Amino acid sequence: MADIAQDIPVAAQAPPPRTTGMLGWLKANLFDGVTSTILTVACAALLAIAIPPVVRWALLDAIWHAPNGQACRGAGACWAFIGEKFRFILFGFFPVAETWRPVVVVGIFLLMIAAACNRRMWGRRLGILWLVGLMVVFALMRGGFAGMSRVETAMWSGLPLTLILAVVGMLLGFPLGVLLALGRRSKLPAVRAICVGYIELIRGVPLITLLFMASLMLPLFLPAGVTVDKLVRAQVAFVMFAGAYLAEVVRGGLQAIPKGQTEAADALGLSYVQRTWLIVLPQALSLVIPPLVNTFIGIFKDTALVIIISLFDLLTTAQTALADVNWQGFYVEAYVFVGVIYWSFCFFMSRYSQLLEREFNRGKRR
Amino acid sequence: MTAAEQGAPAIMPPRPPPWRNPAVRGVIYQIVFVLAVLAVVAFFVNNTLVNLNRRNIATGFGFLSREAGFDIGEKLIPYTPADTYARAFLVGLTNTLHVAILGIVFATVLGTLMGLARLSSNWLVRKLAQVYVETFRNIPLLLQLFFWWGLLNKMAPGPRQAWQILPGVFVSNRGVAYPVPVGSPAYKWVVLAFVAGIALTVVARRWGIRRQAATGQPFRAEWVGLGLIVGLPVIAFFLAGAPLALDVPALQGFNFSGGSTMSPEFAALLIGLVVYTGTFIAEIVRAGILAVSWGQSEAAMALGLRSGQRMRLVVLPQALRVIIPPMTSQYLNLTKNSSLAVAIGFPDLVSVANTTLNQTGQALEGIAMIMAVYLFISLSIALAMNLYNRAVALVER
Repeated sequence: MADIAQDIPVAAQAPPPRTTGMLGWLKANLFDGVTSTILTVACAALLAIAIPPVVRWALLDAIWHAPNGQACRGAGACWAFIGEKFRFILFGFFPVAETWRPVVVVGIFLLMIAAACNRRMWGRRLGILWLVGLMVVFALMRGGFAGMSRVETAMWSGLPLTLILAVVGMLLGFPLGVLLALGRRSKLPAVRAICVGYIELIRGVPLITLLFMASLMLPLFLPAGVTVDKLVRAQVAFVMFAGAYLAEVVRGGLQAIPKGQTEAADALGLSYVQRTWLIVLPQALSLVIPPLVNTFIGIFKDTALVIIISLFDLLTTAQTALADVNWQGFYVEAYVFVGVIYWSFCFFMSRYSQLLEREFNRGKRR
Repeated sequence: MTAAEQGAPAIMPPRPPPWRNPAVRGVIYQIVFVLAVLAVVAFFVNNTLVNLNRRNIATGFGFLSREAGFDIGEKLIPYTPADTYARAFLVGLTNTLHVAILGIVFATVLGTLMGLARLSSNWLVRKLAQVYVETFRNIPLLLQLFFWWGLLNKMAPGPRQAWQILPGVFVSNRGVAYPVPVGSPAYKWVVLAFVAGIALTVVARRWGIRRQAATGQPFRAEWVGLGLIVGLPVIAFFLAGAPLALDVPALQGFNFSGGSTMSPEFAALLIGLVVYTGTFIAEIVRAGILAVSWGQSEAAMALGLRSGQRMRLVVLPQALRVIIPPMTSQYLNLTKNSSLAVAIGFPDLVSVANTTLNQTGQALEGIAMIMAVYLFISLSIALAMNLYNRAVALVER
């Protein structure tokens, strides 16, 4: 019996073949059984058919420099078109001599977004930063002081316009959404009914009808002689739209707060406003930050719809660039360029929201 | 040392004054709120009436019975420019419903396949599905519609050099031409056999469940059902003489004749809606399946269920509960997004209404009608889905 208990050194055996290393990975992930092998071969065949023509079109056969559209027609893409229209697609009708202004504006927006993504910045400081940032943005766009020429809102176009519509829509829509969500959860039936009616009405109709309404009917709604800037009208539609969608997100957070929290606040003798502002909202809002980011992505993508009321956002400037008689027919190039810009913003934000979600769920993860 | 301990008589607290009474205050708040809302609404309505009067714009829905005078390129129901505006609206509505229903069906199929592909054990399949989802989800739908429309309408060659993407399916700047079977009385019998197959399957399944409950003998309803639903129509097809003739589009002069043709606008709208909504459905399906805890699958395996049974009997019924509510809102989104058709010139409801309100100047009525239709569609889909959701919801105690 004693020898059995003894430690007898045994030489370590190699792991079974084809379970580790490169071969093992291939076996487990690409050739695990008949079905998997067939799928792998089919996908590889599909890629082999699809990728070479795309690479040839976009890179090998592409024309990078050309004086005009005629000289740019070939088997491949015409990136010279983008080179030619680059400034117009990004900044539209903004005076060419002052292009630095919209460039700085886009830079400020990127900085503000970067600051908002840094969790150590969250809090009052961030709010002040955004307020100051937006004021600088408007001052730079509008000009009319310190030697900068005055630029009317009709000339604001391209990427800065898209960013302004999305960011202002979100910032002003957010308080509206919180109020609507609180109203929808209110114990007062009249308040609740009006809030539910507003939210369902706005969410039930396409954004495009709201934009039509803002551009065609807002002038009818206002007293005679009062005119509202076209950009402001579109912005109002975005705020109304964002408010209704954000209200549903915030409501999700309000519903997740256990009843004990409000009861405890009542027991402390807090008023409704104190209870909501100090106890309920801080908890509810921090729960819904990831879906708020997703809503923002949706609003950012939806700004493309302003083409329908002929505001010159990023997509409209691209369409306008396509109408140039000297450079006709480069649809795919223009849409790919604009698509990459939209995609980078949305992809970055959706990754950030996924990261937040993972971090917030760290305690719940097994 | 309270009053009660000292033996003093308990004093009723004084009635609070009315402005401290929550019930009274609630009523006051509501009255104030409703009055404020009404005041704002009245302000707008008053301005609108004054403005309409000043601009001499007619009000009311009388224009609906007037002659429309514009033609509509695509229609499912007969329409000529001599018809009324009401008829034109109806044509727009049928076009909207047409693209929305086809879009919902195809987006569900594409989205479900991609959602399952993202959970595949095959690395290549998983990555390809992920690239699809991440690419098309993060680009505005309108941009995608312009892209497909530009591709189909501007980049596609004329009919003579049409791309043949599948045998008999031609893509040219005139649209997508595809073959359809030549009409034959045989198809009536095939459809009847198909319906009979479904009915018989339901009966057989009921009987199978009862027999399994009584004797423990399992009944493979899915195979019997497959045999009935596919087999009966096939038998009917051959008994009726197997009319295999297809009406294949063929180049004739400058366009295709024969088969059926989708206009570039319709094709672009359908492709755009399906590809865009498919990404969201893929994520919903993936999340729904992941939401069923792994323990459920393990328990099913411990019971000796095969992988097909495990999916069908244990995982899917629970996943559907998670999947259905967000799926409903995606269907609603697709229907609402079909209004972007106006940007690429497909005559949907919004596009027809837009033409109408430009011609008549009656923006108020036109927009009210669009909103009413979409609200009706939204609320009915929501109602139908809520009923279904109630049927599959978890029953607790």
